[in-house]
Amino acid sequence: MTSLPEKTDKKLGLVVDLDICVGCHACAVNCKEWNAGAKSAPLTDYDPYGKKPDGVWFNRVHTYETTDDAGHGQTVHFPRSCLHCEDAPCVTVCPTGASYKREEDGIVLVNEDICIGCKLCSWACPYGAREYDENEGVMKKCTLCIDKIYNENLPEESRVPACVSTCPAGARSFGDLGDPESEVSKLVAARGGYDLMPEQGTKPVNKYLPPRPRQDGRAGDKAPRMLEHADDSTESAGLIARWVDKILS
Amino acid sequence: MHPAKSVIFFTTASGAGYGMMIWLAVLAALGEIYPDTALGIVTLGLAFALIVGGLLSSTLHLGRPERAWRALSQWRSSWLSREGLAAIIAFVPLGIFAFAWVVMGTNSGLAALGGVAGAAMSLLTLYCTAMIYASLRPIPAWHNGWTVAGYMVLGPMSGAVLLTVIFHLFGQSKPAALTALLSLALLATGLLVKLAYWNLVRNEMPVSTAGSATGLGHLGRVEMTGSPHDSDNYLLREMGFRIARKHAEKLRTIAVALGFVLPFLCLLATIYLTGGLVPLLLSALATLSCATGLTAERWLFFAEAKHAVTLYYGEQAV
Ligand code: SF4
Ligand code: SF4
Ligand code: SF4
Repeated sequence: MTSLPEKTDKKLGLVVDLDICVGCHACAVNCKEWNAGAKSAPLTDYDPYGKKPDGVWFNRVHTYETTDDAGHGQTVHFPRSCLHCEDAPCVTVCPTGASYKREEDGIVLVNEDICIGCKLCSWACPYGAREYDENEGVMKKCTLCIDKIYNENLPEESRVPACVSTCPAGARSFGDLGDPESEVSKLVAARGGYDLMPEQGTKPVNKYLPPRPRQDGRAGDKAPRMLEHADDSTESAGLIARWVDKILS
Repeated sequence: MHPAKSVIFFTTASGAGYGMMIWLAVLAALGEIYPDTALGIVTLGLAFALIVGGLLSSTLHLGRPERAWRALSQWRSSWLSREGLAAIIAFVPLGIFAFAWVVMGTNSGLAALGGVAGAAMSLLTLYCTAMIYASLRPIPAWHNGWTVAGYMVLGPMSGAVLLTVIFHLFGQSKPAALTALLSLALLATGLLVKLAYWNLVRNEMPVSTAGSATGLGHLGRVEMTGSPHDSDNYLLREMGFRIARKHAEKLRTIAVALGFVLPFLCLLATIYLTGGLVPLLLSALATLSCATGLTAERWLFFAEAKHAVTLYYGEQAV
């Protein structure tokens, strides 16, 4: 059924801290690793060891550079994956019912057994979160690791998506964004977490935390002291230093 | 968006097929076509062939064509599902209309009623096809009313042009004159609609930007310095298609000249030059020209449409 649920009991999702992310791609790699053996397996690769390796990934890490009017630049690493939108357009366009949003936790999934591979859902998603598997002829996407987060064979602390458990920098959090009292909701509130492309009307569940302002003195903050270049002239140096300088030069 | 041959063929061919059906039904209901069996076989046969050929081409290009029937289930929310259903339902009245004409030798009365119902369903199918594109918000070049107007006019337009040449082939100059007039009106309307569409697409304010896609706009201009992958991926192949402005302008000229202007002039001439083979040859030229022009038009419709996902890969605004 591709009509969206009126409301979901939970809104499980991710919070990605762009201030912390170092762009190591570990989240993308561990996502690939887990999902290559999970619900959406195989996560097909084409020409994996050749000149043009290509394949299905659920998480992609971009790097951006921003430049303001004064010419000040900033580098931001940016992991991109499905945002499990509340008003998911990828779900409503699906002609078969293969795409659906779960009422219990809000996770957006593809039932690969009935997907016809029309690709329309990937056109409807503004974020490029769906990747078509050319070999299997069906659409694939992030499952928020449903076979990990509910897996009772795993220790409690491991029941988070693969990208979250692997992030070496602690830039990713997972939880119920529909519960204002949850850790993730508090984090979003405290740090001004935001939606990607709110103008697309998708109401993403995942939130991004902005990079903190630079401490470069421009905003009147305490910027770290810059070391001055050592003076090349020896006039002001002491006697011994002048001797050393003479011997060395 | 990647201009896939199957989709370009599907939308132009089935559009023309539905267009033919619509005018055959209308002319029959008005008592303007004698239900000649051979004429029925050729016109209805070609219309069905175009419709079915288009539908088949789009079905065969699915990842899992054997499951295509499942696409009929989600008509409550999906325009693609609605299109499939409308197309199938349309075959019932159109089938009755064709059967009555070809087998029973009548296209009036109940047969005409079937035809008109089929024509209405054909229009509805065209509308659903248009809405598949127009409902996609991440592609602003499609998410607008002119997209719908384009599909609704170009189908009946190409159908009328095609019918004109067939009527001339059968020496039916009276219905040929009618469809020629219809074609002239629709060619003019079609051109206006496309010009309005191109004007909108060129001048519309961008909906999303690299700044809103990353949420980093407040930091200044956002540029990608590191891509997640070195070679192309599905997203870039499917949605990252780029066409040089120069090529687009050339194709647009071809679309306007061959799709609309030349067929208009040819069909206008058939009204005055009625001697011998001249109307037949002119309307045949109009048809070939129109088909070529509409293929260029449809190719551009895809190639020029930018998808929001490209904002993550270096595009500044869509
Ligand atoms: S990010 Fe894309 S695929 Fe995921 S729910 Fe939103 S629209 Fe659908
Ligand atoms: S590709 Fe599959 S999941 Fe996507 S819209 Fe088509 S049938 Fe639905
Ligand atoms: S693993 Fe963490 S730090 Fe590395 S790219 Fe992913 S989110 Fe960023």
